[in-house]
Amino acid sequence: MTKSSKSTNKTDQVWIDRLLASEGATSVLVVILGILSGTLIVALLGKNPSSLFKAIWQAFVGYYNKGKGAWSVGPLGDTLTYAIPYVLCGLSMGFANRVGLFNIGAEGQYTVGMLAAHAFAVCIPAFPGQWLFCMVVAVLAGAIWGGIVGILKAKFKISEVVATIMLNYIALYIYRLVALYLFPAGLTNRTYRTADLASTSILKGVFISESNLNIGFFFMILAVFVYWFIMEKTKLGFSFRATGFNKDAARCSGINDTQAISLSMAIAGAFAGLAGACVLLGSLKFGRIMQGQDNYGFMGIAVALVGNSKAPGIFLAGILFGALRSAYSLMQFMNIPREVVNIIEGLIVIFIALRAGLGKVQEYRAKQKIKKAREQEAAK
Amino acid sequence: MNILNMIPTIMMVTAPILITAIGGMICERSGVVNVALEGLMSIGACAAACTAFILQSTGAGGGSVWVGVLIAMLISGIISLIHAVAAIDLKANQTISGTGINLLADGITIFACQVLFGMDRTDTIPIRMHTDGLGFYPSFYIAIGVVVLSWFVLYKTPFGMHLRACGEHPAAADSVGINVRRVRYIGVFVSGVLGGLAGACAVMTQTTQFTSTLIGGRGFIALAAVAFGRWTPIGVLGASVLFGASQALSVLLSGTSIPSEVFNIIPYAITLIALIAFSGKDFAPRSAGLPYEKSSS
Repeated sequence: MTKSSKSTNKTDQVWIDRLLASEGATSVLVVILGILSGTLIVALLGKNPSSLFKAIWQAFVGYYNKGKGAWSVGPLGDTLTYAIPYVLCGLSMGFANRVGLFNIGAEGQYTVGMLAAHAFAVCIPAFPGQWLFCMVVAVLAGAIWGGIVGILKAKFKISEVVATIMLNYIALYIYRLVALYLFPAGLTNRTYRTADLASTSILKGVFISESNLNIGFFFMILAVFVYWFIMEKTKLGFSFRATGFNKDAARCSGINDTQAISLSMAIAGAFAGLAGACVLLGSLKFGRIMQGQDNYGFMGIAVALVGNSKAPGIFLAGILFGALRSAYSLMQFMNIPREVVNIIEGLIVIFIALRAGLGKVQEYRAKQKIKKAREQEAAK
Repeated sequence: MNILNMIPTIMMVTAPILITAIGGMICERSGVVNVALEGLMSIGACAAACTAFILQSTGAGGGSVWVGVLIAMLISGIISLIHAVAAIDLKANQTISGTGINLLADGITIFACQVLFGMDRTDTIPIRMHTDGLGFYPSFYIAIGVVVLSWFVLYKTPFGMHLRACGEHPAAADSVGINVRRVRYIGVFVSGVLGGLAGACAVMTQTTQFTSTLIGGRGFIALAAVAFGRWTPIGVLGASVLFGASQALSVLLSGTSIPSEVFNIIPYAITLIALIAFSGKDFAPRSAGLPYEKSSS
């Protein structure tokens, strides 16, 4: 083996090993793989997959509206509007994940947050600043709903997966019971909407008037910073992460793991509760009675996983999933079944699960390296 | 309304929950948690509805219903293998791959309907399952058969003992020559097949077509039934009947003074309360949800 070929071989190895070791790079790969699979499915149907890419492209830059003779950035507004609950629910899942918990319950925490915001927007007379008040109670409601799971986990050793699934549905039906029987009724269609929300509780629109983009976006960015700050910069965050790495070791070094688990679930719930308020007060703007789950909580799982439970990653992943959802609406007018977007989302989560297999590849490569080194040693 | 007259309806609603829950129970007893039951039911229901409709539109008779059921079992079984590969071979987080399958099911079922029917649901299926003289659908008898069979296999056959061993202590099972990987694959596959069967039964008895809201959380109710039924066939049977009854009553008693949401909430609330009440006594298979790492030594 000549010297030069050896060195190129070495850099080659480093490149692949780096890729395998980098969570960010594998996330990007997983997303690309998901979109490519969607493309393949569309192509197999005999349809032109370029519409899929066109829709995703338009979700970021908008399109030329021939009727108005102007460029419309409405789709970008939709992308960012959808990103609000996606990022917030992603933060909810991610926060729990860093403490070693699997929060399937963002959906329920989102629901109770929305219910709390709804209650304070519809049952009390309008007053200035009501929207902020509604958001605060939504955050509190979400925190309580998440905190229950944390206490059940920490004190009663009940699996948070089972508990959150149960609480998701309990939240949905409580919402329906309360909205149907306790809130003032709307003028029409009693079963679908309550009386109107107070005008002072509606979140103001910002930037793009063609969409529902609202000041909730700033609160979402604030939440991302809060997440990053608590997790990476505080003693509390350190105790959370330590509990996530190894609960027993954390306890041995004096960290109160019971408190860490309860408190982290409450904080996780608070993020999802805020998402509920933003969707109701910012996007829907009417006294809506939930008919079924909105799935933002479940998509939050995907967002957190793609973002590797880190604040910047969750933010970017949330924008990406917002764009996919915006593209879903755009594809209504293109000649391909828009449900391909749901398939892409599902496949991305499955590929993330399969990503665990990359660890095996790394293991194999490490073994090969040792073997090679031994052989070289022997050759000498 | 006479309570006796309600029994066939209650059983019609119970059957899919029960069949799915037995599948979930077998899967967890083998050591793999399957939160994808909801999605597997949905895929099964869609597959059965599409198959039956297409066959019947070419002039096939009642047999097409059963072809649909078999296709549903096959497709859900195959999809469940994704979960098996992730959970058993790649040692991935089982909740993630389960959630992925649930999200995927939302997509592929409606996608298939869009491709085949050009709308977000299937067409109305002309011939579906019929009730017998007592008012029971075949799904009721299938469900009872599944319970009896699962009890027999779990407790009366060597394979059943191997399966339970893999869920409790896979290392011990491995040490006496049981192929843990194979047993767990079978456990997951069975839960997929039964999930598909349950979905098919749901679409062939309770409704006339597949819609995205057809399953509506019943896979998760089945998951609750597994925990509330303490991972035994008899317990799961009791839990499923209770949950099925509360679901049926939410429809049967609609229009009365009790809101249907009260009945809808019962399965989830009861399970949560039971988990708190039983906490400390661990009924769950000890290694459920944990990948088995064969030690190299």
